[in-house]
Amino acid sequence: MKKKRLAIRTVILLVLAAAVGYTLYANFTKDDIQRVEVGKTAPDFALVDMNGEKHKLSDYRGQGVFLNFWATWCKPCEREMPYIDHQYNNFKDQGVKVLTVDVGESRVAVNKFIERHNLSFPVMIDSDGQVQTAYGIDPLPITFLIDKDGKVVRSHTGELTEATVRQFMEEIKP
Amino acid sequence: MAALSSNLLYTAFILYLIATAFFGGAIKAKKDGQRETGPNKWAAIAIIITIIGFIAQVGYFILRWIAAGHAPVSNLFEFTTFFGMALVGAFIAIYFIYKTPLLGVFTLPVAVLIIAYASMFPREISPLIPALQSDWLHIHVTTAALGEAILAISFAAGLIYLIKHVDQTVKSKSTLWLEVVMFGMVATLGFIIVSTAFSAAGYEAKFNYIDKNGAEAAYDYQMPALVGPHEGQLAAKGKFEPMVETPAIINAKKLNTVIWSLGAGLILYGLLRLILRKRLAASLKPLVKNINLDLVDEISYRSVLIGFPVFTLGALIFAMIWAQIAWTRFWGWDPKEVWALITWLFYAAFLHLRLSKGWHGEKSAWLAVIGFIIIMFNLVAVNLVIAGLHSYAGS
Amino acid sequence: MNEVKCECGHVNPHGTVLCESCGKVLEEKEMQKKLLDMRYEGSARRSQTYNKTIIDKVWNFFSSVKVGVWLIVVTLVASAFGTILPQEMYIPPVMPAAEYYEEQYGWFGKLYYELGFHNLYSSWWYLLLIASIGVSLVICSLDRVVPLYRALNKQRVTRHEGFLQRQRLFGISAEAPDQESIKKLKGNLQSKRYKIREENGNILAEKNRFSRWGPYVNHVGLIIFLIGGMLRFVPGMYIDSVLWIREGETKAIPETEGQYYLKNNQFILEVYDKEKEDEVFEQAIDKAGMVAKNYQSNVTLYKKAGDSIPGETPELEKVKDEEIRVNEPLKFEGFALYQVDYKLNELNKMTLALQNKETQEEFGEIQIDLYNPKSEYDLGKGYSVEVLSYFPDFEFGEDGNPTTKSRIPNNPAFVFEMKTPDKPEGEVSFVAIRETIEPNGDNQYKMAFKAAETKNVAALTVRKDLTLWIIALGGLIFMIGVVQGAYWNHRRLWVRNVDGQLWTAGHTNKNWHGLKRELEEIFKGTGMEAPAEQQAEDAKNG
Repeated sequence: MKKKRLAIRTVILLVLAAAVGYTLYANFTKDDIQRVEVGKTAPDFALVDMNGEKHKLSDYRGQGVFLNFWATWCKPCEREMPYIDHQYNNFKDQGVKVLTVDVGESRVAVNKFIERHNLSFPVMIDSDGQVQTAYGIDPLPITFLIDKDGKVVRSHTGELTEATVRQFMEEIKP
Repeated sequence: MAALSSNLLYTAFILYLIATAFFGGAIKAKKDGQRETGPNKWAAIAIIITIIGFIAQVGYFILRWIAAGHAPVSNLFEFTTFFGMALVGAFIAIYFIYKTPLLGVFTLPVAVLIIAYASMFPREISPLIPALQSDWLHIHVTTAALGEAILAISFAAGLIYLIKHVDQTVKSKSTLWLEVVMFGMVATLGFIIVSTAFSAAGYEAKFNYIDKNGAEAAYDYQMPALVGPHEGQLAAKGKFEPMVETPAIINAKKLNTVIWSLGAGLILYGLLRLILRKRLAASLKPLVKNINLDLVDEISYRSVLIGFPVFTLGALIFAMIWAQIAWTRFWGWDPKEVWALITWLFYAAFLHLRLSKGWHGEKSAWLAVIGFIIIMFNLVAVNLVIAGLHSYAGS
Repeated sequence: MNEVKCECGHVNPHGTVLCESCGKVLEEKEMQKKLLDMRYEGSARRSQTYNKTIIDKVWNFFSSVKVGVWLIVVTLVASAFGTILPQEMYIPPVMPAAEYYEEQYGWFGKLYYELGFHNLYSSWWYLLLIASIGVSLVICSLDRVVPLYRALNKQRVTRHEGFLQRQRLFGISAEAPDQESIKKLKGNLQSKRYKIREENGNILAEKNRFSRWGPYVNHVGLIIFLIGGMLRFVPGMYIDSVLWIREGETKAIPETEGQYYLKNNQFILEVYDKEKEDEVFEQAIDKAGMVAKNYQSNVTLYKKAGDSIPGETPELEKVKDEEIRVNEPLKFEGFALYQVDYKLNELNKMTLALQNKETQEEFGEIQIDLYNPKSEYDLGKGYSVEVLSYFPDFEFGEDGNPTTKSRIPNNPAFVFEMKTPDKPEGEVSFVAIRETIEPNGDNQYKMAFKAAETKNVAALTVRKDLTLWIIALGGLIFMIGVVQGAYWNHRRLWVRNVDGQLWTAGHTNKNWHGLKRELEEIFKGTGMEAPAEQQAEDAKNG
């Protein structure tokens, strides 16, 4: 009788504690929830770059993909562009694909930006925001590293140094 | 139609005042030795007058509804008036259960004070802003007001209890706090008198001043400025120059009104004390001589029991349903919402203390008084001072 | 722990104050009192009887109503603190919260922010308070409802003398009444809807016992409500997103996984016009100046057909046209779109003319789509304009060069190269609103502003809340429980023959006045006296 009562009380208290604990935990991690999770398959997309070439993410299985979202008004984006371009030229023959997505500016602005920084990697414009929604893009710049199987290896928010860009590309080299 | 509606409100107001006097007479008659069991003739006349007044006010409400095309509960004047009406309605209902004229002597003046207070705010019929264009306007607001009104009856009963129960022969914390409650009502009266006097005199003084964002702004004072706004300049000469200037963050006009009201309240209170030569609560004591304490205690508790579910339904549940429709979420921690929750929590605590901890009598009466203060705070301060999504109700 | 066997033969759990069956006072302390404490029928509240392990201690802590009331009071006071200054979600998003509070409210604002009161209602300690109330609700209710149920279920008709004479309403009639009177009494009781049980000529009349369960029903409602609130934190249960959408634009609705698209056909803002409105509003409109009448977005909802992936132009199938107004959201598949904000007259297209500064002669106009300008505009006859740079939301950056703040054309600026037959190599001109800079000295030509086309933008909240039905269910059960407990009273009348005398006792859980009046009516014409009030100094039952 006494044992039974203790057991019932213990179970009820544990259930309550678990519920409260989970609520508190969920409340404090709610801001960290990412739409794209590491280890999961990256959402597929298809965009046409400034040269009219269509890039479909799933066509690049077997290669690593360095996916970067940016905008011309974003200063950190502007600073990391030359590094990405430089490393793109180093790694492009080693099976690393660089895809960069502008978050929906005008072609004029993006073209001028490419000219100014002399960028050679494919640049695409996500005009209607579909790709950004699929990836849950909020602050810029943000970079996703996708391995040869199409899985997200890493996501990085914020400016990159040349060293990190190189290290990232090493990571996804097939 | 709008004019007729206003006249009906005046009629109701006057009738409530007369009814109060008759209820007073009913007590007096009883005191004079006619120890009847039921209510006497005076009381019968008083309740009839109250009911006629109530019907007049319902008339005001209906006519104004027709004139405006929407329920007249869309601004502070309309809501507060409705609250006063609900209070009278709740009193009538409770009166027929308990047949206590004394309750009228305390409830009706509170209702009169509330209606008078309401008329200090802009009284025009205003069109509805988009957020208010919903049937939930009258469903939510009237139910909430009715709940609060029933809870207010418990305040009146609690007050009667305290006036009878608190020993006035010695000075104590209880006598002090009871006087504070009395002063609160006198100060409300002070506000009404001062506002009415200056608006009858047509006083108006325009100030240009610098607001807290450093921008130029203007205030239209309807009372002589005791405190002026930040870097305030009188727009027209010949008006009263303020004695003190306030920092930009403070709403000088409202502060000025508060100071006038408190001042008038103090003078009134002082005069009353001089004339009566007793504490106000002490001079009310003879009125309550014959009342059965247990009965008032029960009326007070019963009002909370009846009012609490109505309040929950109107001020929380209907409020949440409407908030979900109009504001996209049923709860958003808007100050008015929070204060409704606070009121609800308070009465929940009241019920638990009474049911489980055995808080009866004086403790319970004090809680009823505090509960009413919270309701009034939510009605007055939250609209006028804190403001938030509900702030349209403040204009 | 020992069970207590009453002299009536009933075995009570340890800690019982009044025998569940006959009501005999089992505890010494209660024996001293003139009136019984009937709050939980004198049943054994287990929490108070065992206090051994940590589990028991925690349990007992939450089982106390005193603790519960304190939790309510603390929550109440904390909630009030949160209304002193506006919460972070209500401050204008013009600057970081830390700065805003200090700038607007001085040292107090700074302190308020530092204490975390700007986000009080989602702070860990506030959540913990609410959670503790939830735990207290569960444990308090469990601890009381079970013994109360036992006590009410096991109660016998014949109650102990000690029980009867310690009831607030009690009476003894000197001589035993005849059968006729008893019959009349029973008839009266039945007409008042009392349920009558008899045992050896003794009577227990009882009604509205269900009202005793009211508090527990409403607590169940509250617990369900809190569970609903908790589920909100589970990913996917609650969606709160905003969609800004320009007139003419078609956009994917966020959080619908690209399945739904919305086109904004038109945004309408109406204000009350005193000429057109009812006369009664004239004064109010005059005083307020502008009173908004309607915010409305006329939209078309589309569903994606086929399986395009993001980035590809989707094939859209029209679902419906709808007018979204405040209080009238658009609903589809668990989602609701609400009209919450708008921006009027956002620049969309701009018309400029190539002009000779001296002669004012014009050589053609260009209309620039500010969301997608062309890089070159040919005006014919050797006149053309090239867009060298475009800054939709122009400002001068820290390095002094023009830059853009966003992609929204709030303040568009261009660097044009104007090629004319006179100046085939081109003249460069920087053109912003009310500002023209000619970096290479004085130009012969300029781009003159002609016209602008604007569009309205609507902001719609995208909401999905799968917890709503749980919350609503909780609210409903709470209301049922609270009404059940508040609007009905559990009343009992005991009638017992004690040595030829007739003892009567009455009890109600509240509203004694009502019970007394009812008993007076019930006893009317029976020749018996209704049980009368006997007041005790130490306690009064409410």
